[in-house]
Amino acid sequence: MGMELKEIEKLIKASIPDALVEIHDLAGDGNHYSATVSSSSFIGKSKIEQHKIVYASLKGKMGNELHALEIKTKVK
Amino acid sequence: MEQKIQDLIDNEISNHDVCLFMKGTPDAPQCGFSMAVSNILKILEVKFNGINVLENEQIRQGIKEFSEWPTIPQLYIKKEFVGGCDIVKEMYENGELKKILQDKKVAHKI
Repeated sequence: MGMELKEIEKLIKASIPDALVEIHDLAGDGNHYSATVSSSSFIGKSKIEQHKIVYASLKGKMGNELHALEIKTKVK
Repeated sequence: MEQKIQDLIDNEISNHDVCLFMKGTPDAPQCGFSMAVSNILKILEVKFNGINVLENEQIRQGIKEFSEWPTIPQLYIKKEFVGGCDIVKEMYENGELKKILQDKKVAHKI
């Protein structure tokens, strides 16, 4: 079971209000995405902490219905 | 998480300088993300212990709780969680991975 691109973006933005989110459906199958997230909330945090913030915004979907999401984080 | 699983994970990362919790084995990865990290370690000629989480459902779930990280693969160097596929790829590309190996005195291709 996959997730809609818009749904992913909505979840991320709901948790990280200032986030700039760029998502691509890599395979066009609604199952493999790549997301680049830029936010000022990443300032001073390690990459692991930054990715954890993004994972947290997805509310447990990562690793479950969302199998393949490549994440890149950038400090805004 | 059961103490037994916690101990098992502790044991793996304590007894091996470099541990990769992955789907499949280093020679036969069963997921593209696991393969990517495994290949990076091979390119850097790093000796690592590959733990196939598909063989043990408890480790598969346990490792996610251990690191508070929801996905696999997970790379550990000298007991420290370094990251999953995206972070390891990025660190390989920008040279940070080599720097960690160097700092932690893990043998690798210079």
